[in-house]
Amino acid sequence: MEKSLSWPEFIITRLIQSSGYSAILFVALIFFFLLREGLPALGEVDISSLLNFRWYPIESYFGILPLISGSLIVTLGAALIAVPFGIGTAVYISEVAPRWMREILKPLVELLGGLPSVVLGFLGILVLAPFLRVFLNLPTGLTAFTGSLLLGGIAVPTVVSVAEDALDSVPRAYREGAWALGATRWQTIWRVTLPAAKSGVLTAVMLGVGRAIGETMTVMMVTGNAPVLATGLGSLFAPVRTMTATIAAEMGEVANGSTHYHVLFFIGIVLFIISLIVNVIASSVVFRAKKRAERILS
Amino acid sequence: MVDKIIIENLSLQYSDGTESLRNISMGIPQNAVTVLFGPAGGGKSTLLRCLNRLNDLTEIKASSGRILMDGENILDPKTDVIALRRRVGMVFARPVTLPMSIRENIIYGLELAGEKRKSKLDEAVERSLKLSAIWDEIKDRLDEPASALSGGQQQRVCLARVIALQPEVILLDEPTSGLDPISTGKVEAALFELKKEYTVILVPHSVQQAARTADHAAFFLTGELIEYADGKNLFTNPKQKKTEDYVMGRFG
Repeated sequence: MEKSLSWPEFIITRLIQSSGYSAILFVALIFFFLLREGLPALGEVDISSLLNFRWYPIESYFGILPLISGSLIVTLGAALIAVPFGIGTAVYISEVAPRWMREILKPLVELLGGLPSVVLGFLGILVLAPFLRVFLNLPTGLTAFTGSLLLGGIAVPTVVSVAEDALDSVPRAYREGAWALGATRWQTIWRVTLPAAKSGVLTAVMLGVGRAIGETMTVMMVTGNAPVLATGLGSLFAPVRTMTATIAAEMGEVANGSTHYHVLFFIGIVLFIISLIVNVIASSVVFRAKKRAERILS
Repeated sequence: MVDKIIIENLSLQYSDGTESLRNISMGIPQNAVTVLFGPAGGGKSTLLRCLNRLNDLTEIKASSGRILMDGENILDPKTDVIALRRRVGMVFARPVTLPMSIRENIIYGLELAGEKRKSKLDEAVERSLKLSAIWDEIKDRLDEPASALSGGQQQRVCLARVIALQPEVILLDEPTSGLDPISTGKVEAALFELKKEYTVILVPHSVQQAARTADHAAFFLTGELIEYADGKNLFTNPKQKKTEDYVMGRFG
């Protein structure tokens, strides 16, 4: 049968094949490059001083803990905002809103998802930060909280559109079954529709968090960029610096091949691993849900 | 026999103009199986969904008429729909167990109604599963997910879920359309037990099932009630030409 492939078929098949392989190749190359540039940092700086709380590269302090904690606190804050708000919006769009409202809201949310993050950062600096400074009586409005709010806003459209798809694919019969038993609309959503869409909603949350962790521009503009170790709730209202913002801000000024340069790449590796973990968790949840669905259908 | 439900001049039209009811009037007697049958699109399911107000959640263009249950008009906007749905249980064509264990499926409605006592709940589980002729098959696996059961078993769990609420009326919309003959037989046998205590309204999935189960039978065609009579009379001696043609299998 192999021989029956005509020339054009053969060429097209190979082209598609090579574009498929190239995607894998690029990821592998990026990872390889990150490792090559980042791993020497481990030889040049002790692990103990990497895991320190002081980031001051000019005097060779390369403690990346404040950066990791900065990323985590901003992301956590963003997730705390984006998850309830996103799922709430998704439930409203798919379960409560009348049809005309749904047809306005869905494209609107997707449009919001396409907003360039630099625009949001701009709004953050000009509007949100001054407002927070006055409203919460802070020394500066450029805080982790400001970043969380904006990142939450960036993650919401992702959460909404994935969660809404998941809710929408719950068969209508589930809802009718619950209604017919005398469940109210809210009871049906809480006990039947959301549990039935659980895996899709979890994926939505994971993708939203992934989006927030990797975001650079907005956080760099609004979090104040002070590499201070987050110690508690108070840090939420103080300036922080995230891993992404550090790389973006310092990479342009660093001497190629210096220790600082290698450490920045090392931060890239850490970031890569964190988002890899988030993605693996997300896809394994989806995979499990798929397998269960197959078992039920077979 | 007493009429549990009296339908007076009921008309209904969906927004997309598909299925509708045209001026239906009929009485549905207590403690009997009343069968609504006829070709697809005749308005049988629509009528069922009026009886527990499930149509509230679909878009409807126009409706008029009254449905009296124990003398009260349930189409009145002031009716407590949630309470009504506890009095009027429904089993659907596709067995849809909720994403929970078998036991939780059955006590879900009771919990929503505010029943918390474990003894009452356990009692309801056993009683309703026995009445649905499935207790012996699954009594040892009550805590397994209901989705692991076969289609026929799931449908009987759905029936048990409705019975557990101790409704007054049970609506069944083609409850055996996806089931094998043995499961179908079990569901039909359960109906004979159920009518001793409840008012049962069944949309069967075939004329044969209609004839097997009906105490009273109503023939629907394109939204109109063509003929309504005793089960025996209607199937052996139909008065209307259209009914006769359908029962004899000349169309439909």
